[in-house]
Amino acid sequence: MSAYILRRLLAAIPVMAIVAVLVFLMLRLTPSDPAAIIAGDFANDQQIAEIRSKLGLDQPILTQFLIWIGNMLQGDFGESFFYKKQVAQLIVERLEPTISLSLLAIVLTVSIAVPLGTLAAYKQGSWIDRFVMGFSVIGFSLPVFVVGYLLIYLLAVKLDWFPVQGYQYLADGFGGWLHRLILPALTLAIVFVALIARMTRTSVLEVLHEDYIRTARAKGQSELKVLVRHALANAAVPILTVIGLTFATLIGGVVVTESVYTLPGLGLLTVDAVLARDYPTIQAVILLFSLAYVLVNLLVDVAYTLFDPRIRY
Amino acid sequence: MALADATPVRPRASALRQLARSTSVVVGGFIVAVMVTIAALAPWLGTRDPAEVNPSVRNKLPGYEATIRDDEGKKVPVAYRLGTDSLGRDIYSRVIYGARVSLIVGLTVSVISISIGLLIGLIAGYVRWLDGIIMRFMDGLMAIPAILLAIGLVSVFRAGLFAVVLAIVVPEVPRVVRLVRSIVLSIREEPYVESAITVGTPTPLLIFRHVLPNTLAPLIVQGTFICAAAILIEAILSFLGIGIPPEIPTWGNIMAEGRTLFRVFPHNILYPGLFLAVTVLGVNMLGDGLRDVLDPKMERRG
Repeated sequence: MSAYILRRLLAAIPVMAIVAVLVFLMLRLTPSDPAAIIAGDFANDQQIAEIRSKLGLDQPILTQFLIWIGNMLQGDFGESFFYKKQVAQLIVERLEPTISLSLLAIVLTVSIAVPLGTLAAYKQGSWIDRFVMGFSVIGFSLPVFVVGYLLIYLLAVKLDWFPVQGYQYLADGFGGWLHRLILPALTLAIVFVALIARMTRTSVLEVLHEDYIRTARAKGQSELKVLVRHALANAAVPILTVIGLTFATLIGGVVVTESVYTLPGLGLLTVDAVLARDYPTIQAVILLFSLAYVLVNLLVDVAYTLFDPRIRY
Repeated sequence: MALADATPVRPRASALRQLARSTSVVVGGFIVAVMVTIAALAPWLGTRDPAEVNPSVRNKLPGYEATIRDDEGKKVPVAYRLGTDSLGRDIYSRVIYGARVSLIVGLTVSVISISIGLLIGLIAGYVRWLDGIIMRFMDGLMAIPAILLAIGLVSVFRAGLFAVVLAIVVPEVPRVVRLVRSIVLSIREEPYVESAITVGTPTPLLIFRHVLPNTLAPLIVQGTFICAAAILIEAILSFLGIGIPPEIPTWGNIMAEGRTLFRVFPHNILYPGLFLAVTVLGVNMLGDGLRDVLDPKMERRG
């Protein structure tokens, strides 16, 4: 088991190395000179040259890459051009809203989608089944920000149940934190419920035809227990896989949602960094999100063994 | 010759009939056809110049009517069906013209992604020593969430239609490469292809005669899904203010402009949002239906 986790961790390293090369090369293609951006509009050539040598931009490109990756591995992401702060510090400050939003969205999604999908499979062909199937196509096409503004319009502007925008830190009280976060999390969840419910339906449907389900019923077990203990437990692996794969889409959704609700998280930081051409921040955020994506999928693989003891590594 | 008398198999005709019978294809195709018509006929649908700024009719609600002077100084009545934005531009005209940009982006991105992906996928499937390198490179690209990669790329280029198309193409290419490569690898195992190789069929001919026809159906399906994703990502980039320059009417740009006054004038966001959602839904339904008919084995990508 631990040998397997180690092997998977090692396999993730080359992928992340390629991501790092891509991110590094991407921003070396920029037409603009980073040194000139940092120096500002009133700097002379000598000052720009000084900054260039201080940042190591006058070195050969391979040396630059090695220095850059070496710094990254030590947690030094450089200094933000725009905020004039260490990027690492900037990211730590922005972490809470993003993690809160993602976790709450995932919790909401799973607690709506899994029962909904299971029910759709159990009552195959019923109105709830048709609803789940129809909603999955619609949900897949709904732009996150359109959903967001619809919810704001209905629940915040018209009904005044929730605040329109803004974030409250967890340290300032759980109630306010939740109250301000429900609408953004619901926005994200609506799109993902569509995906996860459909997948749950498919995999539960497959399991329901198995012999052991018939056996469980034959021995007189209640339908609820059959569904949860026998069907859902065995259908968990594909559901988990989809949750892992849609994590990339979730990250995209988080960026947009934070912008709609002005949550001061990593997504808003990314957009602000792009507008300000703050390249060190953009690089760091892309690397961090990619690392999170790779790690989540690693975790999903490892979690298989917990849900399905037949899978042994 | 008894075999020749058997019922002839005509897969093409039956596929067309199946397509016409699929609800997804019919509904999705209808939505797409309506959007294409709107985009093509934009100047004749009672629209005004979508970029025309008029300070005297700023922030008007849908249905507002005004009398304004035209180029020759004559007074003409104008009805603003969907209201105006904070610069006094006609939302209706901007939404209608916005269909053009969305469809052009969707179509260009899918054609370019499919072409590049097909080429790289064929190379990966045929040139063994390059296969490992190409696929590791693609794994790396796919590990970066698509929207973030696109955001990163637009930050590198100067803002414009081409930059946005390129920024959306790059994250889509690896998925096409994987698809094409897997088709190439499975086709090579087929007995008829092995016999063709044995009798000395040159590789280019092999590709044209056996590989390409097999990639056609999956690539059409994949291309449709790419088109929907591209329309969505373009709107997101414009909405975030980092996509196509704000003076060009795109659905994302109209929504971005409407953000500040959303509480009072929600129509600036809701109308373009509706058009966007319906278009993406139409293209996705078309893709779903095409997949069920042309390529039943393929799973929707996550």
